[in-house]
Amino acid sequence: MLPELYNYWVVIVLMMIGFYIVIVQGNLIKKLIGLNIFQTSVFIFYISVGKVAGGSAPILAEGVSVYSNPLPHVLILTAIVVGIATMALALALVVRIKNAYGTVEEEELQERDLRC
Amino acid sequence: MLAGIYGLLSASFFVSMDAVDVAFTEAAVGAGVFPLLMLTALTVTGRYEQTAHRRPRAAFFLVLVTGALLILGTLDMPPFGSPDAPAHTHVAARYIQVSPTEIGIPNMVTSVLADYRAFDTLGEVVVVFTAVVGVLILLTSGEQRQQSSPANAVETMRSHMILRVVSKMLIPLMLLFALYVQFHGDYGPGGGFQAGVIFAAAIILYAMLFGLAKAQAAIKPSILRLLAAFGVLLYGGVGVVSFLTGANYLDYSRLAADPVVGRHIGILAIELGVGITVAAAMILIFYAFAGYATGRAEAE
Repeated sequence: MLPELYNYWVVIVLMMIGFYIVIVQGNLIKKLIGLNIFQTSVFIFYISVGKVAGGSAPILAEGVSVYSNPLPHVLILTAIVVGIATMALALALVVRIKNAYGTVEEEELQERDLRC
Repeated sequence: MLAGIYGLLSASFFVSMDAVDVAFTEAAVGAGVFPLLMLTALTVTGRYEQTAHRRPRAAFFLVLVTGALLILGTLDMPPFGSPDAPAHTHVAARYIQVSPTEIGIPNMVTSVLADYRAFDTLGEVVVVFTAVVGVLILLTSGEQRQQSSPANAVETMRSHMILRVVSKMLIPLMLLFALYVQFHGDYGPGGGFQAGVIFAAAIILYAMLFGLAKAQAAIKPSILRLLAAFGVLLYGGVGVVSFLTGANYLDYSRLAADPVVGRHIGILAIELGVGITVAAAMILIFYAFAGYATGRAEAE
């Protein structure tokens, strides 16, 4: 029973690593890397849900009757590209913050905001 | 560098779980585009950080508790790879059984992406487009950076002879491969998203090695902006055309006399739209970041 659930645990470990980075790191760039790891863990979760034991890739072929679930593949395929686009948007925001404040450390940013 | 390895690793994960289409995308994005974006952003923001972290122990505790609760939750989940998990018993079964005859193309991922769930995909393309608009507003607003002096930070690799020669041979092949992936997406793994990213990776490689100015001279940002919008427009336009034929929005069955042929045409057209938008979007994002980094390097 238990060994059959290892895929979820890998996902959870990855997700928690990402979560921890997001909480603890004060550097906005590192926070984004943490978010990226978090995001990948969700991707892996979807794909592992779509896997069918003994199944083949969902492309019609002779002599194959069991296919993996194509639906999660579609969702994640688009999510990856959207993810990189939104990540670029976030990085652009960080770059502008650096430009306006001269720092990307969260604490310094808050200090500067309070002083204004 | 680590991010690149991470991307490649997760791509191989996906292959082992039969998701070849996804692996393709992840390999191109995770190992190609993402680390480059990170690097250019880091050159702008500086690589040093202060080391004082806030209360890591409390955070660690919180993470542990959340993780433990999530693991507790998985005990009720269906085992890995079980064929009768709830995820496989509803629409997915229909997609697998019916799509080869109804759509007429072997790659089920493409038929789900571009036909059954074409609305979703349209939404995703619009999100990519919007993100690009956002990046362009953030990074190129204010003073329009002049390309008067093209000496720049991204150009430091010019002196590497081997890299230049190898990439000169590789880039045409990459572009060709992107086109193959684009138009062969119906039969093998591939499609507009993957092709767009691979195409963009080739152009970005060119820009890295030969300088931003040369790449921008070869592929002009103004044209790219038009193309990014054109891709979305093509996608939406196909939907309107299918409207005019009397079918539902993005229902391609009446684009030709035979519904299967009609669907085939529709899928090809929207995949083209997706590919154009994604490629233009990725290149534009890279241009924006690299141009910004260059502008700052010159200012200092």
